Amino acid sequence: MGVKNITKEYLVSAVVEHRPGVLFRVSNLFRRRGFNIKSISVGPTEKRELARITITVSGDEKLVEQVVKQLRKLVEVVKVGVLDPKNTVTRELALVKVTAPDYKAKTDIINYAEIFKGRVVDVSHKTLTVEVTGDSDKIDAFINVVKPYGVKEIARTGITALLRGESQTA
Amino acid sequence: MVVMSGAEALVKALEKQGVKVIFGIPGGAILDIFDALAGSSIRTILTRHEQCAAHAADGYARASGQVGVCMATSGPGATNLVTGIATAYMDSSPVVAFTGQVPRRLIGRDAFQEADIIGITCPITKHNFMVERASDMLLIVEKAFHIASSGRPGPVLVDIPKDVQIESTDVMNVEGGPKTTFHQPNYSPHPLQVKRAAQLLASAEKPMIIAGGGVIASNASQELLAVAELLMAPVATTLMGKGAIPENHPLATGLLGMHGTVASNKLVQEADVVLAVGTRFSDRTTGKMDEFCPDAKIIHIDIDAAEIGKNIEADVPIVADAKKALQEIYKLLSTGIVKKERTAFLAKIKELKEQLEWKASCESGLKPPRLMAEIRQILPEDAIVTTEVGQNQMWAAIYLKVYKPRTFISSGGLGTMGFGFPAALGAKVAQPEVPVVDIAGDGSFIMTEQDLATSVKENIPVTVVVLNNSVLGMVAQWQRLFYNRRYFAVNLGRVPDFVKLAEAYGAQGFRVQNLKEFCSVFKKAIKSDVTTVIDVPISPEENVLPMVPPGKGLKWMIWG
Repeated sequence: MGVKNITKEYLVSAVVEHRPGVLFRVSNLFRRRGFNIKSISVGPTEKRELARITITVSGDEKLVEQVVKQLRKLVEVVKVGVLDPKNTVTRELALVKVTAPDYKAKTDIINYAEIFKGRVVDVSHKTLTVEVTGDSDKIDAFINVVKPYGVKEIARTGITALLRGESQTA
Repeated sequence: MVVMSGAEALVKALEKQGVKVIFGIPGGAILDIFDALAGSSIRTILTRHEQCAAHAADGYARASGQVGVCMATSGPGATNLVTGIATAYMDSSPVVAFTGQVPRRLIGRDAFQEADIIGITCPITKHNFMVERASDMLLIVEKAFHIASSGRPGPVLVDIPKDVQIESTDVMNVEGGPKTTFHQPNYSPHPLQVKRAAQLLASAEKPMIIAGGGVIASNASQELLAVAELLMAPVATTLMGKGAIPENHPLATGLLGMHGTVASNKLVQEADVVLAVGTRFSDRTTGKMDEFCPDAKIIHIDIDAAEIGKNIEADVPIVADAKKALQEIYKLLSTGIVKKERTAFLAKIKELKEQLEWKASCESGLKPPRLMAEIRQILPEDAIVTTEVGQNQMWAAIYLKVYKPRTFISSGGLGTMGFGFPAALGAKVAQPEVPVVDIAGDGSFIMTEQDLATSVKENIPVTVVVLNNSVLGMVAQWQRLFYNRRYFAVNLGRVPDFVKLAEAYGAQGFRVQNLKEFCSVFKKAIKSDVTTVIDVPISPEENVLPMVPPGKGLKWMIWG
């Protein structure tokens, strides 16, 4: 056993038929088998009839092997695989609404956003909304930095990922 | 170009699939399909409960190896199928269920008799479809039958809104049909794994084979026996694998697991190499998983890759059709193997087996093990036995020997009480020439006895042997053994009177008082052209033994 029992996060990428009900089947499978979804992102692919679902699962190797095998059995799942983190580009997008009642707070937050290569996408008298993109750690770091100003709301997309280079993702 | 309705297109598609019989009940949302069936050569059997339609289709599928078909209306009709679909799913039985649905414009509006049967059956089907246009009908039916019967078989549900049944489609579209390539599961074994398996088996001192339902599903009994005889390896079967090897064969050791035989449970624990074929290592088969086959290397053959490593780690995983994998293993073994002398080993198997047989043969009176032995004596080899669930099922599984595949039909995975009788009806429709017997308990039989009406009206004669102890026997056994004899909510009383019940439906009923009477009634029953219910009073204190207490390893078997 040994290595097989270590719990960590895995990135599972699945290409599925792009039609109503498929996401339900996938998430229902996770619920029924007791697999935990940490994050999930879904969107269209280069082919109109296909969509990509990227799921972060936490568990041991045996569990993630079951996740892949069970997903593969769904008729509408075209292909599925676990992504090797060393060879994968991962991105997440977050919208962070921060309290910024005065000029100083606004300037500070805009500066932080710049450092994180973020963008201010909305402004009001009392708030700024910043868009940050990157891997999840970077987004966590940005949120930490602006926390003292008061984070009112956060929306994160969950991780989406592709293999580097010419290799085909899952 | 001929124009026809969606319902007519469905019936055409079913005929094209070679469907001969449909079990079902009509209702508002599926009336157009039944109307179209009226003009078809397909036999429609009206059951008295949709659950029985699903179980009958399942029994038909298991007895014949062909896809079984059931049909129900929307809402309650569809939800009544659910237990039957789940039963078929757990036991990998190819069933296609068709349900009516409210018209498209009303879906999602909580219309009369609307139920989200697609959502409900997602986790208990291999796949399900809603037909959104009449022109999709043929393709969806083709896909449904392909999915149900290919790879690891299982149920598929097709939901058809009422207005799609009425909608017109052109027949060219239906008959020509789009040429599609369906997903084909991996049927051939990996040569390297086959080689590793053969090497392990050839070097084994105490090999053991576990045959599961996959051996029966892939018609691999011959191949299994060939490998077993070559290795001189004993063969234990799971409940679903019963019939994979003739149980009068010297190498057959019978059921494995919670109610496994002494021989199977002991030998598997002592084995150094286990060849597991078409089994998912259910908890009822393995007992406590950590203690299962502690010293054995495990070769696991399964068509479903997800079964390998799910419950028990395999040393040699082989994802393939059982028949093909066994053929390949045999090929390698037969050229290389030095046949081992196993006189002492065979003597040991014989001795272990005799312990059970002795128990069954020395009992007098209406004792279930003896009854099972008598039933076997009377039945021809190819007769089909179905069971309900509970003590009746385990007595049959342990003590009633089965000689041929597809002649023992039981709800293994889901453990559905009420399954045996409607499954017997389905099996009888599939194999009208052979006697079909449901080994029942009183608790199980009353869950689906209303379909005695179906058996009489549709002229499907089967024999129901009710082992009547007036309790939920297996529950009582657990309360006796593990709950300090605190019997609660388990006593049924001698209700109903099964003789009168049978007669009320136009079937025949008999109550027997001793073994001799039973045998003479049973002999007549299996030849009768009307369904017969035999009420066999047994003691409520009987335990099914051997038994491994729940959650324990197989070595903790209680015996006698």
